[in-house]
Amino acid sequence: MFTSVDDVSARLAATGYLASPAVATTVFLADRLGKPLLVEGPAGVGKTELAKAVAEVAQARLVRLQCYEGVDESRALYEWNHAKQLLRISAGRDETWDETRTDIFGEEFLLTRPLLTAIRGDDPKVLLIDETDKADVEVEGLLLEVLSDFQVTVPELGTITATRRPFVVLTSNASRELSEALRRRCLFLHIGFPDEELERRIVRLKVPGLDEALARSVVRVVGALRAMDLRKVPSVAETIDWARTLLALGADTLDESVVRSTLGVLLKHQDDVLKATAKLDLDAL
Amino acid sequence: MTTPAGVAERLTSLVGALRAHGMRIGTGESVDAARAVEALGLADRELLREGLAATLLHGTGQRQVFDPVFDLYFPRGVGGPEQPAAGREDLRERLAAALAADDRALMLRLAAEAVDGFGGYGSSPESDGWSSYQTLERVRPQTLMARVRDDVRARGGAPGFTDRLLEDEVRRRIDAFRAMVAAEARRRVAERRGRDEIARRGVRTTADRVDFLFAGRDQLAELRRTVQPLARKLATRLAARRRRASRGSIDLRRTLRGSLSTGGVPMRPVLRRRRPARPELVLLCDVSGSVSGFSDFTMLLVQALHEQFSKVRVFAFVNRVDEVTGLLERGAADPEGLAARIQGEAGVTGYHGSSDYGMALGEFAERYEEAVGPRTTVFVLGDARTNMSDPGLPAVRRIARRARRVYWLNPEQRSRWGTGDSAAPAYAELVEMHECRTARQLSALVGRLLPV
Repeated sequence: MFTSVDDVSARLAATGYLASPAVATTVFLADRLGKPLLVEGPAGVGKTELAKAVAEVAQARLVRLQCYEGVDESRALYEWNHAKQLLRISAGRDETWDETRTDIFGEEFLLTRPLLTAIRGDDPKVLLIDETDKADVEVEGLLLEVLSDFQVTVPELGTITATRRPFVVLTSNASRELSEALRRRCLFLHIGFPDEELERRIVRLKVPGLDEALARSVVRVVGALRAMDLRKVPSVAETIDWARTLLALGADTLDESVVRSTLGVLLKHQDDVLKATAKLDLDAL
Repeated sequence: MTTPAGVAERLTSLVGALRAHGMRIGTGESVDAARAVEALGLADRELLREGLAATLLHGTGQRQVFDPVFDLYFPRGVGGPEQPAAGREDLRERLAAALAADDRALMLRLAAEAVDGFGGYGSSPESDGWSSYQTLERVRPQTLMARVRDDVRARGGAPGFTDRLLEDEVRRRIDAFRAMVAAEARRRVAERRGRDEIARRGVRTTADRVDFLFAGRDQLAELRRTVQPLARKLATRLAARRRRASRGSIDLRRTLRGSLSTGGVPMRPVLRRRRPARPELVLLCDVSGSVSGFSDFTMLLVQALHEQFSKVRVFAFVNRVDEVTGLLERGAADPEGLAARIQGEAGVTGYHGSSDYGMALGEFAERYEEAVGPRTTVFVLGDARTNMSDPGLPAVRRIARRARRVYWLNPEQRSRWGTGDSAAPAYAELVEMHECRTARQLSALVGRLLPV
């Protein structure tokens, strides 16, 4: 899919995703080695966006499995369409049992869920398994077969093996430690907060109306907030929101009153707002 | 495999060094790493670093061990810089300019020059080496602070709002330079002493494997930052245990709803969820100097978990006991000052400042007996070193009789229990005592022992 790491950066940038060297290298390797990519990092740094950007670059269909507590086989892999099977049985009254049996366990009655969808068919696909840590431990076991051999076993149909391997991205917020077995099968990528220069480019790209000097100040303030010991430090998503807010307010430079009145966009806890107000001397007018 | 000869050996010894730091890296990962080297080539060192990190690491915390180890096995260069360092003032001059411009590449070169010029010590081949401490003592980058700040200000033109951030930014740049000097000194030492040894001894291990009793200040600070994520993980684990423990009557509505997919035949009965009982927790912590790092961390962790329990009460003692639950709740925003506040505001010492378990436990049993009931699990935190005074076993027996369970977490190595003034074996006969030396051990114990 990609010829070099620079190629990855350039093509992701063309879709509007500015990748750090670490991200570009790991995406390149995931493609080369044909291994799934496990992405961890704080909320709002673009883990899910990465999968979408890769799908756009590869002109592939994005198949998404959103994990939550209690997600199970029938939501992740496949399910038989019971209602339709019953209809089929009652419609064909004169058939012998053998005919019916072979028929109702055919492809027509199989409801494919994201994992099975991703490995069937010949068109390129990107499989996004979002918030893997929210799923129960049993689901991880389910993922192992899919991720290491790209195959799914349906007892009535046999084993379905991928003819074309999807590009797999798993994201996790680390609310639970994923099992070693799952980690072993993946390349690991931690997306942290971008450095100042990259973040400035991201802000300029996402909020084109903002002028260069203000973007620089915005990123510096956010950097200072991240260095504080806060309960929830602002992420890239918050930086962009803040830049948009400033643009909407028509502010062309930062000053105490602007920052104080918009701090709520960046910080989500009252404790944090108080702490930042004190540290940034916002009271001293 | 078409990687050049020698790279495979280097890669395997890198993996060996990482394993020595407790990372579990299998052969499969080593092979992947070699394939990554093949795909990326050896031309760009930073790409190689990211590639190996992606294939070998499994978690975020491992990166801070990986980076210095990588620097040793795939060094930036060999030997000292080409031109020997000029005078000290000249170096400081150029360093100030580099810091003002935030030029990382130049800072790296200057770090190499600084170690080469000012870090060498010893003269005989066996005892000489390179010291980052000595280098920093002589270059003193922290004294450049004011100068760099004025430099940037002069260049930046009109002072704006962000001007107030400048000082902190410069401080972070200076810290980055100090880290560069440390890495450079380590590289030079490794050239002399052998890479493997330095990679095993000279690189700090991950914070969760550091002994509480020997952790430095910044390591404790780092541990404190992990309290919230760790608490979240433990809460998830507790919730899972609770779910598994649920038994009860059949939930008819959900059973019927589930039976639709099997044609109305209820194949899988769904059980009604049991309302969680939310047990009570009492923490009894020794906060004397020797173990305060451990107690602090544990108190913060339990405080972060308080939603999981109907009641959490925390008591602190040195030789007198006092309740600090309120201090802890208010202190959630400022964990650093916790120890100082406990020492200042709570009455944990009388007459003298050394710990006395017998006295403190006795007082607890007298004054706060009502805090312990049949639904309470008690955790005692401390090294059980009584300073040769009476261990107060009857009080422990009394607490153990009233409570549902009593656990004792001891931050000392098991082999040292009972040596000197330690009364650990005597206490261990009465209550369950666990060795709890590192954050990793603690989180495993808490996940297992906390009542659900």
